[in-house]
Amino acid sequence: MNPESPAPALVLDGIKKSYFGVQVLRGVDLTVQAGEIHALVGENGAGKSTLMNILFGMPVIHETGGYEGTMRLAGQAVVPKTPSDAMAHGVGMVHQEFMLLPGFTVAENIKLNREPTRPNLVSLAATVVTRPLGGERSRGIGRALESLDLPRIKRESRAALDQIGMSLDEMLPVAGLPVGHMQFVEIAREVDKEKAKLLVFDEPTAVLTETEADELLKTMKQLAARGVAILFITHRLDEVMAVADRITVLRDGEVVARLDRAEATVPRIAELMIGRTLLQREHPPRAAGALGAVTLRVRDLKVDMPGERVRGVDLDVRRGEILGLAGLAGQGKIGIANGILGLFPATGEVTLEGKPLRLGDPAEALRRGLAFVSEDRRHVGLLLDESIADNIATTALQAQGKFQRGRGPFALYDRAAARTHAEAAIVDLDIRCRGPQELVRRLSGGNQQKVCLSRAFTLEPTLLFVSEPTRGIDVGAKHRVLEKLVEWNRERGTTIVLTSSELLELRRVCDRIAVIDKGRVAGILAPDAPDVEFGLLFAGEAP
Amino acid sequence: MKRYLQAIGVTRGILVVFLLVLWAAGMAVGLELSPVLADCLVRTGMNGVLVLALVPAVRAGVGLNFGLPLGIVCGLIATVLPMNVGLRGWDCFAAALALATLFGAIAGIGYAKLLERVPGEEMMVGVYVGFASVAAAAILWLIVPVQNPELLLPLGGKGFRQTLVLDGYFGRILDRVGQFKFGSGVFPTGLLVFWLSLCGLIAFFFRTRIGIALTAAGENARFARASGIDVGRMRTVGVTLSTALAAVGIVVFSQSYGFVQLYKAPLLMAFPTVAALLIGGASVRHATIAHVIVGTFLFQSVLTTALPLVNRIVTLSPNASELSNIPEIARLIISNGIILYALTRKDST
Repeated sequence: MNPESPAPALVLDGIKKSYFGVQVLRGVDLTVQAGEIHALVGENGAGKSTLMNILFGMPVIHETGGYEGTMRLAGQAVVPKTPSDAMAHGVGMVHQEFMLLPGFTVAENIKLNREPTRPNLVSLAATVVTRPLGGERSRGIGRALESLDLPRIKRESRAALDQIGMSLDEMLPVAGLPVGHMQFVEIAREVDKEKAKLLVFDEPTAVLTETEADELLKTMKQLAARGVAILFITHRLDEVMAVADRITVLRDGEVVARLDRAEATVPRIAELMIGRTLLQREHPPRAAGALGAVTLRVRDLKVDMPGERVRGVDLDVRRGEILGLAGLAGQGKIGIANGILGLFPATGEVTLEGKPLRLGDPAEALRRGLAFVSEDRRHVGLLLDESIADNIATTALQAQGKFQRGRGPFALYDRAAARTHAEAAIVDLDIRCRGPQELVRRLSGGNQQKVCLSRAFTLEPTLLFVSEPTRGIDVGAKHRVLEKLVEWNRERGTTIVLTSSELLELRRVCDRIAVIDKGRVAGILAPDAPDVEFGLLFAGEAP
Repeated sequence: MKRYLQAIGVTRGILVVFLLVLWAAGMAVGLELSPVLADCLVRTGMNGVLVLALVPAVRAGVGLNFGLPLGIVCGLIATVLPMNVGLRGWDCFAAALALATLFGAIAGIGYAKLLERVPGEEMMVGVYVGFASVAAAAILWLIVPVQNPELLLPLGGKGFRQTLVLDGYFGRILDRVGQFKFGSGVFPTGLLVFWLSLCGLIAFFFRTRIGIALTAAGENARFARASGIDVGRMRTVGVTLSTALAAVGIVVFSQSYGFVQLYKAPLLMAFPTVAALLIGGASVRHATIAHVIVGTFLFQSVLTTALPLVNRIVTLSPNASELSNIPEIARLIISNGIILYALTRKDST
């Protein structure tokens, strides 16, 4: 190979893959140059994950018959059969969910299974004793018994952390670190692999706060400047615009566009991803005077929710409004709905329509006309192994006795009615599935979210709490979900309390936005208030 | 073919083939098949209620109820009480069933309270609860005064015998209802009707609002709580139902068997029961009535067929007397082999 004109870090040529006869990739070409940040965007189900699985040699690819096409890493044709194979060729991966051992220190995690070692008496003895097994095996056994070179582990981890600009103490245990820091430990580990020439970031900012995400993007740029090729997979198009040099848009297993950043805009990328023009319907916020009377009065609410503690919130929700709860991660905005609905221990005074609401009793909250779409879709929002119809109907059946024939606890569940209802919901919310009997586990994130929403709508609530409704879902579904919330609010008068980490979406649909900081309400703003006012409240400074 | 195999599952496929091979081998060595088939059906009905008893616990999210012997001990107490006061026939059987349900339900509530304190460890704790209840009952059998001399331990004038003969009480009373001959075998109509009706009743329960609540609580406790379901209460209902069904199950088992076995007999009964359910395609987190019916039949049929077959082969061999232990050894290998196989298939493939 000619060192003057280095081959691209990654070249994919005509990659095709099908699972059980379903074509998920239809000939994908992709080139990533060294030192380039290349964004890969696409709706859920566009084929991004499959492409990453191929790149990373995940067993699922080869168990299902392999793939077609060729892959070149730094000019060399490879067919990675296992993840360690891929790593040996210089591919590193920063996962969406962290792969760290909580009980180990930062340094130990960075060096895990690649620890520098020093020979000791036992390892030398073992090498001698096992010599009859043959040189390679004998040395292997000897090496396995060598002592860890702790000072070197410490030194090299420190260097890796410094490279990405983290001042974090390398001897701290990972358990108890903020999520943002865990993400950086993951990156430091990939950076420390001397051979890492191509780093894949799979939705790295999904769990980060905005400041942490900014830090991460900065780090990505630094890495690229040092010649590392970066493949960046994300849903957040503003991040793409902030760092990507080039953008590849994937739709239905095909590359539909390759753009340079200069020619790209967020609406253009979004449009390419979903293949239709995004309808930007604006809902003008209603003036405070036009809003109804106070329906939910919250005084001194304290919620003991780990990571999202609420420390005394006073809040009035007005009938018919969409109230946004904004704030940085960990400041307690998530805890408010969880406390009022009784999912986490809470104290304080909450009155609904003038009558006190007992905290800690979800059944009572549901009876009084409250409903909740949880931020934790998979663990609280869904019965993953049940059908769409059962998911939508269960809460209404239990809390309100809908979809039942007869009375009392032994009333029969009316499956047919639930199915008919689910069929209507599938059309109404555009849930992509094979029918109301499909298991929720098989749906994509966006469609699962629509099922959660439909479950709450089925309760016909007067006051609906929705938390992080668009987290981790694609642009098309995001749009649909927000539209639907506005529709229920405008047409049925449902009061909505919308909690979200994405200020932009709150500003699009809310009538008022309360900013939560340090477990308290820092201030309430109109959605069209200047950016600087939001910025000050987020930073915990009253304007 | 592939889709068909996927529908019934690999495990079931293998066992069906194995069973067919056994039957074919039986015919090849001149074994008469109709009594073997009849035996398979009796064994299925006999164990069926015990297997069914596992389902409510799995559904409620406490996993496989290895504490089944607790319910069995309740059922045994319920059996010996009416026998001791001299009830016979249907009176005795009905009294045993009624008391079994009652005792099982009471013990089940206590068991559920215990399991509430060990979240995540239910199955392991269940094993010990089962063992402990059998040991405690053994003391009870020894020290209680017995009025009915037929049940009395021959030595000492106190305590129950190891094995009580049910002839004259309610031995095979259910099997005989509506029974008919096919070949030289007898079809146990009453037993199977009773078992399948219970299955139907439980299936109906899971279609009711409380049944759905119980299933939701078992599958995702946080979801259930957010839907206003009292998860603790649902788990109590599931465990209580499971224990009561186990108590009823041992009464049905005993009537078919013709004997009541006390002392150590219930100790290991949970394991073949769990194996039958797993063979049927259930998992630690998911079980249906279909799993019960298919699993019980396959598991019991393989066991029931293998024993006379090995017997037959041994008697055909020239040195039969030296091999007299082989059938028993073969039974142990086969039954424990199936249990082992079933337990490695916990995720119901």
